[in-house]
Amino acid sequence: MKKILAFVVVASIIVAIIIGSLSSLDYEPTTLMKLKEKYSKKQKPKVDHSKFKELQAKFESAQEVTKACETCHNLTSAEVMESSHWNWEREEYIQGKGIVYLGKKNAINNFCIGTKGNEQSCAKCHIGLGYDEQGNIYTDSTNIDCLVCHDNSETYSKAAEKAGAPVEDLDLNLIAQSVGKPLRSNCGVCHFYGGGGNNVKHGHLESAMNEPTKEIDMHMAAEGMNLQCVDCHLTEHHEISGKLYSFASSCTNRNTCDQCHTNAPHEKDLINKHTLKVSCEACHIPIYAKENYTKLYWDWSSAGKLKNGKPYVETDSAGNQTYLSIKGNFVWGKKLKPDYVWFNGTASHYLLGDTIEEGAEDLVLNQLNGSYKDLESKIVPVKIHIAKQPYDPVNKVLIQPRLYAEKEGEGAFWKDFDWQIASKLGMEDVGLPFSGKIDFIETKMFWLVNHMVSSKEETVQCNECHTRNDSRLAGLRDFYIPGRDYSRLVDTAGSWLLLLTFLGVAGHGALRIINSRKNKEVKNG
Amino acid sequence: MAKILVEIYKPFERFWHWMQALLIFFLAFTGFEIHGFYTFFGFENAVDYHNIAAYMLIILILFAIFWHFATGEWKQYIPTLSNIKAQLDYYLFGIFKNAPHPTKKTALSKLNPLQKLTYFGLKILVIPVVVTTGLLYMFYRYPTKYGVRSLNIDSLETIAILHTIGAFLLLAFIIAHLYLITTGDTVSSNLKAMLTGKEEIDDDE
Repeated sequence: MKKILAFVVVASIIVAIIIGSLSSLDYEPTTLMKLKEKYSKKQKPKVDHSKFKELQAKFESAQEVTKACETCHNLTSAEVMESSHWNWEREEYIQGKGIVYLGKKNAINNFCIGTKGNEQSCAKCHIGLGYDEQGNIYTDSTNIDCLVCHDNSETYSKAAEKAGAPVEDLDLNLIAQSVGKPLRSNCGVCHFYGGGGNNVKHGHLESAMNEPTKEIDMHMAAEGMNLQCVDCHLTEHHEISGKLYSFASSCTNRNTCDQCHTNAPHEKDLINKHTLKVSCEACHIPIYAKENYTKLYWDWSSAGKLKNGKPYVETDSAGNQTYLSIKGNFVWGKKLKPDYVWFNGTASHYLLGDTIEEGAEDLVLNQLNGSYKDLESKIVPVKIHIAKQPYDPVNKVLIQPRLYAEKEGEGAFWKDFDWQIASKLGMEDVGLPFSGKIDFIETKMFWLVNHMVSSKEETVQCNECHTRNDSRLAGLRDFYIPGRDYSRLVDTAGSWLLLLTFLGVAGHGALRIINSRKNKEVKNG
Repeated sequence: MAKILVEIYKPFERFWHWMQALLIFFLAFTGFEIHGFYTFFGFENAVDYHNIAAYMLIILILFAIFWHFATGEWKQYIPTLSNIKAQLDYYLFGIFKNAPHPTKKTALSKLNPLQKLTYFGLKILVIPVVVTTGLLYMFYRYPTKYGVRSLNIDSLETIAILHTIGAFLLLAFIIAHLYLITTGDTVSSNLKAMLTGKEEIDDDE
């Protein structure tokens, strides 16, 4: 009876194991599999704009195209004119400063410094078709540049130094009939060239992202998922998700990897635990500026040198400009390991007119907030851009110089190379006092690195951070990392303990051997 | 005096001893790699292996505790002050003159007073500290906004340093222990006893 019972128990356990292991083959698809399935189906456009009769009439100007767009999209202009792409400013909350309206319109950076007074040149990247005589953005909706974002023929182009107007001789009918969702090239035409050239600012948004390989960007590679910018930067009513912390301050409307991948995407629990404190980008973007150089250092103080009374350019062997009379000296870098900082999604900013504190080591223009103990903070990769830029040592404020003018003699630095006049005019443009004294001060900006995601094979490995030598996180000292950190006292004392124990037993053993020999000799002798 | 062959170490005891030896060696090796002393398995593997071995050791310890209480063998580890001096004298002087062991090994009293003291210290201090800090290390919760805030530990530093101290002490113990094995009746008699369970001891009866 007992044997039968034992047999039944054993047999039922075996059956249960077999059923269990077979049924587990019927697994749930992973998040990644679902995503791949979703994005491998390419959406077909809902309408064919080339068939609309409104777009058949011969267009003489981009404004006429906008008017034609509005005949159907008759509520869209209001959305566009509320966007930060149009207003060049956005409501933000900065701790200690309250609510501020910050954007390209009024921010100061350490590249070309600021747009005020230089709109004619800077507004090439405004989504309007030009400025009025007072330098204001037109309030007229026909001045919205629909095409710069929606041209899918990749032939539309804005003119340099025309405040946002397009070049002449465009086939506006072809362009208007091609419109669709923005392509990478539509976003890239501005976002890849910020700071006056390809890849100058971000280091991870550049022309190589138009048609990237998988090595450059896993998501956007044509041979992969071929994602467009707006596949992640989801847009509703022309409000685009995600924002740049050169202007942004509050932790709202951020674009994150979690929105697709969830916050526990790894098979290994130990790795998923890391996501509490480590951003996805920190591991999955091991290097940035993979293809082309990005600017790391900009020294305005050397600008203005002339050769035979003419401005000149110096270029290094890699083809990067290292000196420009109009801008000063540059240092460039490629295939760079990011720096790492704590970041909780909020930032504070140096605003035009803010007093520079005495003895400040380096003036950070966009301080990213965060620390290990802050519950919202994660470690994020950043590019740090350092510059020496003009400031007024008497009033202790950064100077917004007037850089651009159409002609010489209007006082713009890029034409006349005179800091005094350019600063005086520039500070007038922004309505700040100027003492007449100019000095140069080192400033720092943090640029979050969040594109150019690498394949999982290229991911940062454990021992790149968990190591005593040259840890990627060597700069973050406010917490203990296994493998990187240790108590010098304990390690020294422990090593001595081991050494002394070893010497002790070795000595003891040696004495025993010697003595046993002696004893033997005594016995034998 | 006549010698008899007596079973000093029960099969479970030997199994426990050798498993523990193996696991502690492995844990020390992987642990000091994680600590950054050298690279062998690679950090990720070292962590994985260390964690698996740690669970195995904890299970083994649980079984051992049960066994010691069920058999009453735990009493062997109660430290005693008598004969400590004699035992020290033996290791410092007597051993060089072929003097006899000051304490007699029997199945009921297989540890000498110094061993009792050392093992007692290991069992109630070093191993509990290493196991506790090890578990805290594994289940360490980063300061986080989710879950029960009061369970947060603000820093891994204290845990990690205590764990390291424990590891050094264990390693020092192992070095001394490996040597002291050779101080039995013959150089190999202690080792043989732990392998076969049996050792020749003086027959008092």
